[in-house]
Amino acid sequence: MLTFILKRLGLAVLVALTVSFISFVLLFLAGDPAAALAGETASGEDIEAIRRLYGFDRPMLVQYVDWLYSAVRGDFGESYYFRLPVASLIAERLSVTMTLGVCGITFALLTAVPLGVAAAIRPNSIIDRVALFLSVAGQAMPSFWFGLILIVVFAIQLGWLPPSGASSPAHFIMPTIVLGYYAMPAIMRLTRAGMLEVLSSDYIRTARAKGAPEGRVLFRHALRNAIIPVVSLAAVQMGFMLGGSIVVESIFALHGAGYLAWESIARNDLPTVQALILVFSMFYIVFTFLADVLNAWLDPRMRSS
Amino acid sequence: MKRSWLTSGLASVALIAAAGASWAEKANDTLRVAFTKELENVDSYFNSSREGVVLQRAVWDGLIYRDPVTNEYKGNLATSWEWIDDTTLELKLREGVTFHNGEPFNADDVVFTVNFVAKEESGVKTQRNVNWMKSAEKVDDYTVRILLKEKFPAAIEFLSGPVSMYPNEYYAEAGPSKMGLEPVGTGPYKVVSVTPGQHFVLEKNENYHDSPKGQPTITNIDIRTIPDVNTQMAELFSGSLDLIWQVPADQAEKLDEMGQFTVENESTMRVGYLSMDAAGRSGDTPFSDLKVRQAVNHAINRKELVDALLKGESQVVWTPCFPSQFGCIEEAATTYEYDPEKAKALLAEAGYPDGFTTEFYAYRNREYAEAIMSYLNAVGIEADFKFLQYSALRDLNMKGEVPLAFLTWGSYSINDASAMVSQFFKHGSLDDARDDQVLADLNVADSSTDPEVRIENYAKAIDRITSQAYWAPMFSYNTNYVFTKEVSYSPTPDEVLRFTTMTWN
Repeated sequence: MLTFILKRLGLAVLVALTVSFISFVLLFLAGDPAAALAGETASGEDIEAIRRLYGFDRPMLVQYVDWLYSAVRGDFGESYYFRLPVASLIAERLSVTMTLGVCGITFALLTAVPLGVAAAIRPNSIIDRVALFLSVAGQAMPSFWFGLILIVVFAIQLGWLPPSGASSPAHFIMPTIVLGYYAMPAIMRLTRAGMLEVLSSDYIRTARAKGAPEGRVLFRHALRNAIIPVVSLAAVQMGFMLGGSIVVESIFALHGAGYLAWESIARNDLPTVQALILVFSMFYIVFTFLADVLNAWLDPRMRSS
Repeated sequence: MKRSWLTSGLASVALIAAAGASWAEKANDTLRVAFTKELENVDSYFNSSREGVVLQRAVWDGLIYRDPVTNEYKGNLATSWEWIDDTTLELKLREGVTFHNGEPFNADDVVFTVNFVAKEESGVKTQRNVNWMKSAEKVDDYTVRILLKEKFPAAIEFLSGPVSMYPNEYYAEAGPSKMGLEPVGTGPYKVVSVTPGQHFVLEKNENYHDSPKGQPTITNIDIRTIPDVNTQMAELFSGSLDLIWQVPADQAEKLDEMGQFTVENESTMRVGYLSMDAAGRSGDTPFSDLKVRQAVNHAINRKELVDALLKGESQVVWTPCFPSQFGCIEEAATTYEYDPEKAKALLAEAGYPDGFTTEFYAYRNREYAEAIMSYLNAVGIEADFKFLQYSALRDLNMKGEVPLAFLTWGSYSINDASAMVSQFFKHGSLDDARDDQVLADLNVADSSTDPEVRIENYAKAIDRITSQAYWAPMFSYNTNYVFTKEVSYSPTPDEVLRFTTMTWN
């Protein structure tokens, strides 16, 4: 198990390095950071001054190594745009994104798994149809549209919830639903398919023949096996939510890490983008790792491999 | 990008959803405003956005003030000023003014501020706002001299705009980072709290001096950044915002029809234009031919663009500057009536009877760029359209790799033609015309202190630029301001929200 973890960690470092290097190169190709930094009203001389000031006139590789050297020591530099330390900026924005991501995936799992199980127990029943309808709607509805509809109904018409912002738990209800609903269909379909397959297998028939109670058969025997691919999917979805809820963050004015990344790319704020890419890739690495561990716990056969 | 997520807009949905209740925070004397863009730093020397200018005018004061309606210069932190010679401006300062932290305002603050911002190493973001000043020196406690690097007639305009006065003791210690988080000025509003990029709370300065800006009446201003305009509208409907601005024309129209809010439209200084590579920097291009450039000018129906797309207070513009700017002489500009047949004939004369294909770049207002493209198409100019981020296009532009582009310029709200025409036609990296005659005229116009001479030479430059059709100037932009019926406000053409002139009804 220790060598397994060490291998994974080594891989993680390599992935992070590769990702950071590629993103560094791409950002430079995307546009002149000095021009972006100088802003729309700057003249050619302004831009040249900024280029010298920030050292953009040095070779790209030198700038990358320079960044890497500081990053390894935990210094991500200062945001070109905000003139604040990147580390504190990201920490502040991440708290919003993490709250949203955890709430979103919880909402998705709490709705998707029971619905998927229910749909699998009675295929083609009303419940199955409703679940199918919900998942198709969730897949088809763009989140910006769903978000605005929720705002119109719950914030404007009923006045129950605040339309946007992050200053109270109530502010997170609508974003959670929108973000969670986006992840729900895939999880639900996977749960349903897995349950259907497992429920028709021999050991379930055996368990039922032994006279095991139905609840025990469903949750102890069937779900435990059916949920394994769901765990992997949820891990990926979680990584996605922490890195990519740009639309939801923007609609609900949440100022999270996803929105920060999106805006920082447009502003060519290299230190911020670089640090965020590193953080996001670490999220994916950590969550897939955790999913593997969780799967190993769920399925003893995986522990040996 | 954000706007195109939902072009049909929330307004139509909200129309069906019936008009919800709207109530301002009048009871708490708090005006709630939305910004669209995350402001980088409240320190006005270290941001370059419109939102930054709004806060700058609220928190700080300049030495001079320009009345946004009459364009008349009045004393603000200075009470009078006089040119000692071409490069020395002496100012008498107002006595009895204090900064928000209690520090008294005097000549030391002016000297410190000017000397700090004029140094290139200080890294002021928009160098052009400050790099015309060399230094400042104290004559006595309430008299200072600002020394210029060279003659710069727009000095008064800059001193009444982006150059604001900072407290020397506080700023020396705080620097731009802390000034951005805990700003201290002399302005009509004090800053209560700053969450970088997200939330700004201001409070009326009870001890505000007798400034031409006027005394603030609304006690608290609460500004939140809400990137999506549809969400801003939702906040307005639900009564949790009182004022939004920069509302797109189609949305503003719908909001106006509902009659629930006040919708005001005002022009801005931003001008939209096509730039053509007359100097042939991008290689062998048809645009080095005058007839082709004239054809482009004739091909575009500017009136239709303004009426159908920009709407509001937008105007057709023929000058390479905004008409209200000093020296922007409209009569000097050649105008090109919309005449596609003539455009085709000119193209044929230039040796392109079947038209040609060109790269066409743009960075904002995709819908405008597409409309322009269809006009060009109609006369036979096929456009290979490229929509880039601003910085990427700017980069290409500076390298001279852009044959044709739809660009805009806002002049940083500087009401002087040098802020626009001189930025682009003085053989700098963005100059695709490289006309020596224009350069000579602009050099005289930019540096003369005689207004008559300036006007004469700007007129000559404008005449040359437009008769040579280096650009196709097209239109000015406008902004929609939407606010609750409880607020009264008259927007100004410089697109700066002025909280001091806002009142409750």
